[in-house]
Amino acid sequence: MVHQYKLNGYNIVLDTCSGAVHVVDEVAYDMIAAFKEKTEEEIVVEMLEKYGDREDVTEEDLHLCMEDIRTLVKMGKLYTEDTFEDMAGKFKERSGNVVKALCLHVAHTCNLNCSYCFASQGKYHGDRALMSFEVGKRALDFLIENSGKRRNLEVDFFGGEPLMNWDVVKQLVQYARSVEKEHNKNFRFTLTTNGMLIDEDVIEFANKEMSNVVLSLDGRKEINDLKRVDYAGNGSYDRIVPKFKQLVESRGGQGYYMRGTFTHANPDFTEDVFHMADLGFTELSMEPVVSSPDDPAALTPEDLEIVKEHYEILAKEMIKRKKEGRGFTFYHYMLDLTEGPCVYKRISGCGSGTEYMAVTPWGDLYPCHQFVGDEAYKLGDIWQGVTNDALREEFRSCNAYARPDCKDCWAKLYCSGGCAANAYHASGSIRGIYEPGCELFKKRIECAIMIKAAEDAEK
Amino acid sequence: MERIKTLETRDLCESAKNGGCGECQTSCQSACKTSCGVANQQCENTEK
Repeated sequence: MVHQYKLNGYNIVLDTCSGAVHVVDEVAYDMIAAFKEKTEEEIVVEMLEKYGDREDVTEEDLHLCMEDIRTLVKMGKLYTEDTFEDMAGKFKERSGNVVKALCLHVAHTCNLNCSYCFASQGKYHGDRALMSFEVGKRALDFLIENSGKRRNLEVDFFGGEPLMNWDVVKQLVQYARSVEKEHNKNFRFTLTTNGMLIDEDVIEFANKEMSNVVLSLDGRKEINDLKRVDYAGNGSYDRIVPKFKQLVESRGGQGYYMRGTFTHANPDFTEDVFHMADLGFTELSMEPVVSSPDDPAALTPEDLEIVKEHYEILAKEMIKRKKEGRGFTFYHYMLDLTEGPCVYKRISGCGSGTEYMAVTPWGDLYPCHQFVGDEAYKLGDIWQGVTNDALREEFRSCNAYARPDCKDCWAKLYCSGGCAANAYHASGSIRGIYEPGCELFKKRIECAIMIKAAEDAEK
Repeated sequence: MERIKTLETRDLCESAKNGGCGECQTSCQSACKTSCGVANQQCENTEK
């Protein structure tokens, strides 16, 4: 399968199944598009009609270009056949019941009252609760016991607001460090925080132990303070930004993401990304809000068109700023074309419900943080393990090839079929799709690859 | 190739031969938490 698009002056051809990326001129662009449908003679005649007045377009040259296209096909870099479908299911079967990542909900409570929160202000539609050390310790033991030969184990301290249970977080990290060597494991911790309770102790400990810190900020003060408010209704911007600056500076500007959410209030979210960059932050992420369509924060179809335009604006500005020596990273534009993931990763899905699970403060297991609170999606608990085998099988069999809507999509090896939770909330099935999410995802990948084309052109 | 420039990329078909070690980061653990992107994860296979 081939996907062709034009963006920022670049004509780009993606060969979905080999992962090859070709940057071509407009003549080759049209010839590749016609390659499967027409004969060489028909294509050459058509090109001469369209481009014949150009000096560089001759019949001989067009035949040479056809030869180049055929060579790429032979090399497996163009119109490569899709042979991955059989692998998709088998790979996940082969992985057995290995669990390698947990999202630990150490606090089902929050000191902010953000109206758009998918976790209903940290409570996940239930009661407020904090995870005890005993529950957390058992969760870490569960992870070690079920991780098979996997060495790298990931634990995200999540909430609600995890700093509201900071002492337990520290104790759990210390416990994991005390046992990881004997089990030949390497724990990687992430802390996702709204920043309100960051202090010297948090900074020192996080810099020593957390490989990644996710800091929530929605960008401009007026945008952030519209939704990210405390229970008295006061905006959080002025209190969190100085703390974020201190934390990021003290960890050398690495191992963090400044992550925001954009809503109906700011489909021009690039202004917020640029604001974060202008504050001096360089590792940035901005996500479309996840909400039901009747929520006032939800993005409308009109918003989606604006958002797509802004993804292009963002990509062009990133190219410009990089040249000026003030570049920044945008999470969704991070693509490593040469050292990126293998095809197994790309077809297997996100791992929710199989190798990745969320643990509630009282030790229940869910396929991921976005299913917590939905009793039908409870997998089991950390003492008995997964007891809902049928549910685990449903998630195991979910991959880039399991969703009918993804079958002919060029982007499926970039999103691996997309987010199961978004699909479920939008369509009622984890094998459905969340169409607006797909549209934005495809736009982001097009922009990310265009940036690579621009970087290559600079070489 | 005069009209076509191919960027250097990892060949996905080749990657099937010795991939699948499972050591790379779970996609949701990094920053998104509300979407799924796999292409931006680093490969951590030491035996590829």
